Amino acid sequence: MEKCRIVMSGSGGQGVITASVILAEAAVLYEGLIAVQSQAYGPEARGGAARSDVIISDSEINFPKVTQPNVLVCLTQLAYNKFVPMIRPGGLLLTDTRYVKTERKADARQIELPMYTQIMETIGNPVVLNICMLGALIRLQKIVKPESIMKVLETRLPANFMQMNQQALELGISLGESALQ
Amino acid sequence: MKNDIKFVQGNEACVEAALYAGLDFFAGYPITPSTEIAEHMAVRLPQIGGKFLQMEDEIASLCAIIGASLTGNKVMTATSGPGFSLMQEALGYAIMAEIPCVIVNVQRGGPSTGLPTHASQGDINQARWGTHGDHGIIALTASSHQDLFDITIEAFNLAETYRTPVLLMLDEIIGHMRERLFVPKPGKIPLVSRLKTSVKQGVDYHPYLPREDGRLPMSDFGGVHRYNVTGLFHDMWGFPTDNPQIVHGLLRHLLDKINNNVHLIAKYKEYFLEDATTILVSYGSSARSALHLVKNRRNRGERLGLLELQTLWPFPYGIIREKCAHARHVIVVEMNMGQIVREVKIAVEDPEKVFLANRIDGGFITPTDIRNIIRLIQGKGV
Repeated sequence: MEKCRIVMSGSGGQGVITASVILAEAAVLYEGLIAVQSQAYGPEARGGAARSDVIISDSEINFPKVTQPNVLVCLTQLAYNKFVPMIRPGGLLLTDTRYVKTERKADARQIELPMYTQIMETIGNPVVLNICMLGALIRLQKIVKPESIMKVLETRLPANFMQMNQQALELGISLGESALQ
Repeated sequence: MKNDIKFVQGNEACVEAALYAGLDFFAGYPITPSTEIAEHMAVRLPQIGGKFLQMEDEIASLCAIIGASLTGNKVMTATSGPGFSLMQEALGYAIMAEIPCVIVNVQRGGPSTGLPTHASQGDINQARWGTHGDHGIIALTASSHQDLFDITIEAFNLAETYRTPVLLMLDEIIGHMRERLFVPKPGKIPLVSRLKTSVKQGVDYHPYLPREDGRLPMSDFGGVHRYNVTGLFHDMWGFPTDNPQIVHGLLRHLLDKINNNVHLIAKYKEYFLEDATTILVSYGSSARSALHLVKNRRNRGERLGLLELQTLWPFPYGIIREKCAHARHVIVVEMNMGQIVREVKIAVEDPEKVFLANRIDGGFITPTDIRNIIRLIQGKGV
């Protein structure tokens, strides 16, 4: 597979870092891939523009940071403004319609999805926005299978949270699907 | 999830390795970017019957593990720059009293409280000369989680073999980054256990009387033998002395036991050195950027190679001299103002071919940073 360089960004507390760890862990533990994840540890981890870098590949990864992502996820306006200039031409830019107004025309596949709105309408709990985002992402770009994400969630979550997360993942996948049509 | 494969931070890999090595006791004071070591240790160590203590500061942390080691335990503490500064006095004590222990320094930017959440390799010389007086020291590092696992175990093995503190000089990038780790089955990696005295109870035990091979068998403090431990120069009983012959002998012993065994202690990795005209010398996370660049430029036909040091102290002068003999340029890649480059200049025959490629702003040095510096050195301009 081509090296997938992902930057996930948003506000501290939205779960972008957790989502990136889940994605990378799914790739390593259940798909036999190689992944490296790192994140900004400054005050932005608690508000501001939180950022997590993930590289997923089938061969060894040396430099662990992402300088030019071919996948960029922005869940806030602040994160979008800050990180959109770094996207690799032709890359995938995924944003949430409620939080981000895309202003500039980046040379990228711009996908804007109403993830937050749909989550609030169907599940009513914003805590699973990051899982919904992961669902959309893996539908838009073949990185890992949904089952692998679910397996990671099973090791991390209490049983009574599983159904809500599965619902969020499936909602994300169908949102991703709708963007492809 | 398969139990033997993990996706973890470097700090957690260090914890798993310490447990594999037989760690019994950890005392520490959490500090970024080493905090996850204490955090995971607090959970994992009691699960296997060990003891975790959070101390009031780093001075107490090192003193606690020194005491615990003397009673027969494998011990470790973890900190970052500010805490490492506080530990220097007790570090000297452990060197003088010859007490095996492992001290992890997950480096951040300094001096002082510096840059807690950013990358630096600024404590390399402090590791060598931070504590006062002539002394030998072992300091190791690693650039990937798998290497970190092996090197952490090696740190425990060297601490026991040479009865000395061993420093594990990690950095923020390695500590916080997550990647794959295979945990080998118990027994796969050889462990060195404590060399204990065969002297029976009621028979005189000389704690500081070396055997013919230079090693000093230990007796668990508080056990069957009574003996003295001090930071003063001491005789074979452990009691203070200023007898010049004994002072000279002890200081020589402390230096020689490490410096005469560089060939056994020194670990390194090499990439594409055979025909390299430009050799990068690097260690820790910087070596990842260097290797990225080397592989990248090799694809374009540039004769670039990498020598990655895993043992920083005692410095492997001989290995550097041999490996860099035919290179036109030797470029040391590190995130400080040039702490290892100085030693490399001493090691090679023509120091004017040695250059520094560094970054000191808290940012992680990138392959592009290194490439630009190489071009400048080669007279090509960025």
